[in-house]
Amino acid sequence: MTGFMYKSWWKILGSVLVIYTTIAGLLLGVPRLAILNETIRNLYFHVPMWFGMITLFSISVFYSIKYLSSGNEKDDLRAIESVNVGVIFSLLGLVTGSIWAKFTWGQFWSFDVKQNFTAVAILLYFAYLVLRNAIDEQQKRAKISAIYNIFAFPMMVVLIMVLPRLSDSLHPGNGGNPGFNTYDLDSRMRAVLYPAFIGWSIIGYWIYTIRFRIRSLENKQNS
Amino acid sequence: MHLFNQVKYLIQKEILLEWRSKYAINGVLLYVVSTVFVCFLSFITIDNKITWNALFWIIMLFASINGVSKSFLQESKGRQLYSYVLASPGAIILAKTIYNVLLMLVLTTIALAVYTLVFSYIPADFLMFYVAVLLGSLSFSTIFTMISAIASKAGNGGMLMAILSFPVIIPVLIVLIRLAKNAIDGLDRSVSLDEIGILLLINVMTVCASLLLFPYLWRD
Repeated sequence: MTGFMYKSWWKILGSVLVIYTTIAGLLLGVPRLAILNETIRNLYFHVPMWFGMITLFSISVFYSIKYLSSGNEKDDLRAIESVNVGVIFSLLGLVTGSIWAKFTWGQFWSFDVKQNFTAVAILLYFAYLVLRNAIDEQQKRAKISAIYNIFAFPMMVVLIMVLPRLSDSLHPGNGGNPGFNTYDLDSRMRAVLYPAFIGWSIIGYWIYTIRFRIRSLENKQNS
Repeated sequence: MHLFNQVKYLIQKEILLEWRSKYAINGVLLYVVSTVFVCFLSFITIDNKITWNALFWIIMLFASINGVSKSFLQESKGRQLYSYVLASPGAIILAKTIYNVLLMLVLTTIALAVYTLVFSYIPADFLMFYVAVLLGSLSFSTIFTMISAIASKAGNGGMLMAILSFPVIIPVLIVLIRLAKNAIDGLDRSVSLDEIGILLLINVMTVCASLLLFPYLWRD
């Protein structure tokens, strides 16, 4: 039992946090703001997706760098699997954002800078996946895609963190719209939002470790 | 000093090879002039300044993809191997990048001249617009040089080049278009400092990443 707790405490922590934030996010009180109303609760489900995505893409870059110095096949597998899970998180972020936008901005996609730039950032990682499929030889594929991954990561950071801040956006937190800082002042929201960041990041990491293990077993079976 | 000499000789080699065939420069020039001409035939005059700006950058984008992607994609394997034996990988990527920057500076300047001449329209703040064009050719060359190196190693050239480079170049292109728009509207120059800063930062980042990553890339 102690061994189990020692090995999987973080999985339990992640699950508990996600369950807590889902229930508390839907039930706990939120500040009343014009237009936003109850849709403000989407904050608990939308923003953690980006947090999970950034965590997974960072893990991927870390292992890509490690692959270039070690040449170990496992590092390449870790890099690709974390991108696979990260892409799912980014798509979920885009979908939750779009659904929220339907109720507050009036349409699913209003060609807002934030929406456009995140779409381009996701395209960047699709390009990475296409690049991997274009090369047959395993070692060559691992090396070239690791290089592209490292090359693309700073661009992704510029795309989703720097550029949206330069121009007006409908998105909360941009262009004078009520954002993080105003509704974050409410300590009730903070008590749900921060655990959600941690919880979803852990769940993302967990999915990635499972995928990695499946892929390593498959590789072992094939060779 | 050693690296500096290598870079110098490699750039000289590139320029010499280009001068003998004049393939890239003539090809891209013909491409730019014919595209501008086709645009002129279909638009006749462009009253909308935003369209004028967007059209210019689209022409620039494809001209530079065509011009820069040649640097690695069209080099024979034997010649690549030969230069890798003689020079360090850092020197090779640096030389290619600098050569492409020079090439693009010449080409974009000619393209801008043709474009303004054909549509007989000059942006309000021409100097600022020219700065945007120079920064554009700089960013296009640094980014496309590295991407073409990656695409050439991956095997199937042209298609992959487009897929890999577009998501990377779109943010740069958006900042460039915004900078050029400021110049067209004749806004105060201090407004554009943010964009210039970001473009310079992206270029420094790209060159550093290329220098760090290329040594891993060229070894087969």
